[in-house]
Amino acid sequence: MVTANIAAASAVRVHEICKSFPVPDAAGTSRLALGGTSFSIAAGELVSLIGPSGCGKSTLLRLIAGLDLPDSGDLLVGNEKIVGPSAERGLVFQDPNLFPWLTVRRNIEAGLVARGVLREKRNEVHGFMRLVGLEAFANAYPHHLSGGMAQRVALARALINHPKVLLLDEPLGALDAFTRMRMQDEVLRLWENRRTTMLLVTHDIDEAIYMSDRIMVMTPAPGRIDRDINIELSRPRDRTSDSFLRFRSGILEHLHFAGNATAANGT
Amino acid sequence: MTSIRRIMNAHAPATADRSQLRWSMQLAVPVASLVTFGTHLVIARKAPPLETHSYMLLFFEIIGVSIVLAIAQRFWPALRKWMRHMWPIFTAAILLLGVWDVITAGLHLLPLPYFPGPATVLRSLINDRAFLADSTWHSLVLLLSGYTLGVIVGLVSGVCIGWSSAMRYWGMPLLKVLGPIPATAWIPIAMVVSPSTIMSSAGLIALAVWFPVTMLTASGISNTRASYLDVARTLGAGRLYLIFRVAIPAAVPNIFIGLFMGLGASFLTLVVAESVGVKSGLGWYVSWAQGWAEYGKVFAALIIMAAFFSTVMTLLFKLRDRVLVWQKGIIKW
Repeated sequence: MVTANIAAASAVRVHEICKSFPVPDAAGTSRLALGGTSFSIAAGELVSLIGPSGCGKSTLLRLIAGLDLPDSGDLLVGNEKIVGPSAERGLVFQDPNLFPWLTVRRNIEAGLVARGVLREKRNEVHGFMRLVGLEAFANAYPHHLSGGMAQRVALARALINHPKVLLLDEPLGALDAFTRMRMQDEVLRLWENRRTTMLLVTHDIDEAIYMSDRIMVMTPAPGRIDRDINIELSRPRDRTSDSFLRFRSGILEHLHFAGNATAANGT
Repeated sequence: MTSIRRIMNAHAPATADRSQLRWSMQLAVPVASLVTFGTHLVIARKAPPLETHSYMLLFFEIIGVSIVLAIAQRFWPALRKWMRHMWPIFTAAILLLGVWDVITAGLHLLPLPYFPGPATVLRSLINDRAFLADSTWHSLVLLLSGYTLGVIVGLVSGVCIGWSSAMRYWGMPLLKVLGPIPATAWIPIAMVVSPSTIMSSAGLIALAVWFPVTMLTASGISNTRASYLDVARTLGAGRLYLIFRVAIPAAVPNIFIGLFMGLGASFLTLVVAESVGVKSGLGWYVSWAQGWAEYGKVFAALIIMAAFFSTVMTLLFKLRDRVLVWQKGIIKW
């Protein structure tokens, strides 16, 4: 019963969200980025958000992070309304955005310092460095790290606050193909250990199918959830299995990128 | 044969580093000293009696030290590396003394007494050392008090203007109007307003430092990458963390540029303030010596200034290198 309450507290609900931005060149006009978007994510679920550039994926993530506020609509984590950024909702960008003036250890500690709990929780830092395999680089500065290592530090930095929800904005987008696949497994391992609710924005359909419980496909102008696909495959998933490829061609078809264009237009 | 050795050395830097210094390199400094001093003796013979004793001692010391170092470097690779780097410069500097000697005391190409020879300058430097040391001390105290005050006020106002848009609205016009006025232009007013010339000079130096430090700090703070601030906010950061642990560290490279610009401005203001108002310090010493037409002393003070200012500048560079270890590819001084 208690666990159920805790679990429900990390569910995300997005209800009829509208958000528009002023058009830079034309004063007084604005562009609708999100027009009444609604969805929900169950506690502990890993959901991917895919769609073409400019369809409002990142806007949605920033709204859930609390970095921007919607024009109308409700955003809730558990039963609490989102009114601003909080350590309960971690955010990892495509650029790791490590603080270059801090060592790896101090970057990971940053969340504890920011919340003023470093003294009590300092003993957790080492565990997080081990979790992402960077103990040997504790005193290195970010400019010494490779892209994959830097992104692992960014993940550890976001996780040290034990966020209820982890928002990932194309976190693996800048990595090479091999590092990327390894990091997908790593993120999955973190998720399976901690069961943090995760919302992953990605451009990579394979990545979305490989990792998520559910894929939401967004369409632009204004952005809204067009399709919601449950990926009912057991983990670990095989990227070359027939069922995997069936999901893949289904989504490509929906996005009008399938080989047979007429068939795609027909559906 | 030598070309082959050079190629092999290029492929084996470790052995190249261990190899001995060439004889020509080892002998460059003593030989240059002998040449320069020999020139001086020739000049001194035909000119009216010059006091050459201290000049001679200088060269004996240089020759002695360079011979000791030439022997020591055989057993001390770090010294050898340093010598290999520095010896050409030293040799050139010593030969330049000789050229100076020839142009001034030798051929009288430059009018006397405005351009004395190096021996005369060295004699002034030695004879007046207590006075020069005292003047340097006064300059140092004045410089540091003015600079420190300017940096502190500049950092505070820079952070305020860079962070708060209200502060920027009210502060920026003030900065834009008052900042570009050279601090030395305020001298007539500063001398009247303040009870002591020392205080008013410190204030002027502070003003000269304040402008670039404020300007660069403010632009560094307001150009903090928005994503650093976003990340910090999702980590639970409050306003104090955002200012002191994100915006200020991010602005430090810019702040140092402001500190360097301020330091240059402070040297200028110091010397001008000392030569027109304050009754002590190197700037005052220069104008005082000029009044007595003792140009040897003027040059002696200029040499002290060069050493003094470049030491202060070097210390600031060292501080920057230490603070900015996290930055890659910074320019070395």
